Amino acid sequence: MPDVGEGAVLAEHDAAVSGGSRRGAVPPFDAPGGLRRGAVPPFDAFPPHTRPEERSARRTLLDQIERLEGELSSLFVSTWPRKGFEFSVPSQGGPRMLLLSELEILRDDLAERVDHARRSLSDRTYVEERHRARIEEMLLDPSKHKWVRITNEDIGEPGCKHWHVRPRWGILGFLMNWWRVRISSGCPLARGADPH
Amino acid sequence: MTVAAPELERGWVDRELAEEFPALALWLMRVQARSGHSPDAVRRRLRQLSDRITGGHVIHMRQDPVPWAYRVFWRQIGIDPDTDRTPVEQIALDRLEWGGLRSRNLLDDALVIATFETGVPVIALDADKVGKAIGLRLTGDDERLGEAGRILSSRQIVVADEDRCLAVLSGEVSQDHGVRDSARNMVLCALQVKGVPEISIEEALWTVSDTLADGE
Repeated sequence: MPDVGEGAVLAEHDAAVSGGSRRGAVPPFDAPGGLRRGAVPPFDAFPPHTRPEERSARRTLLDQIERLEGELSSLFVSTWPRKGFEFSVPSQGGPRMLLLSELEILRDDLAERVDHARRSLSDRTYVEERHRARIEEMLLDPSKHKWVRITNEDIGEPGCKHWHVRPRWGILGFLMNWWRVRISSGCPLARGADPH
Repeated sequence: MTVAAPELERGWVDRELAEEFPALALWLMRVQARSGHSPDAVRRRLRQLSDRITGGHVIHMRQDPVPWAYRVFWRQIGIDPDTDRTPVEQIALDRLEWGGLRSRNLLDDALVIATFETGVPVIALDADKVGKAIGLRLTGDDERLGEAGRILSSRQIVVADEDRCLAVLSGEVSQDHGVRDSARNMVLCALQVKGVPEISIEEALWTVSDTLADGE
């Protein structure tokens, strides 16, 4: 696409603004090569609310929001399939151009949410690591972990598998202190309508 | 008789919006087509599309470049994308909820296919009921969506022509200017935000155009 100097575009727009009419003052700008650039409206829109001195602050805030949204998305993907995490950040009533103060609130809310999610995930993974270590201990010496049951959810994995320390041969194993780890075979199969 | 291929044109963007979001653009394509019942080929394509959408795919979608770009933009304009989903995420969630993509009519099906294939949201307007110059701007006080639609709050980002607001950026189209069965000419509008390449925009618009042409 041919590049068009923004200065020229804005100069045309400014001329239209100073003309005072709201509509129909400036035709759409045509770039060389025939491709319609269309960067300015063909009429005066409403006067800008954002002050020029705000622009750099707004740009910085928008960049920060972009980065935080990226971190939040990464955390969301990292937490799956774990449950119980909160990723929602309150809406600011869009779609609209937010005020500077609203952008700051949004940035702070996002930062807080990212921080909270990261700490929650860190805590959860610590507990999961302890559960994994315990599974190994259970397998090495089941009699020290009688009746303990650890599921896939406890170690942050999808599925229904679980490790359960149970006595071998029922009551006999219980009386003789013969323990073993039973590993479930996974989720029950989906069952259709009873053919009978 | 050869029919001229539709051309892409770039809509205008209000100066304040352009300064805030330099990469924001609205791309337009005017097509002669009509909606109606979706033919088998389009329904089959919807089915094939829905077979490709899995839970894992939906979870990771927000890290794909184009859906992610719209998530960021949604956030920057004050929408929580986890509550009011971006169009492509909404399609994927609907697929998981309903177990498939339901065919509604040719135009809606074409928009769903294009949006899901490219990640780019596309809306359609009745070309005979809208002005020549379509673009993006902020609303003023007490403006309505369309001629007699609901009152919009001020400084909302809308798709508009010279005289009125035609659609809200999140996808709600004015009832007066949306495409009805009687419409013969349409304007397809695709929103481009920072991080979305022009080729994705072109692909989205051409996908809708081709699907509509195939359905006739």
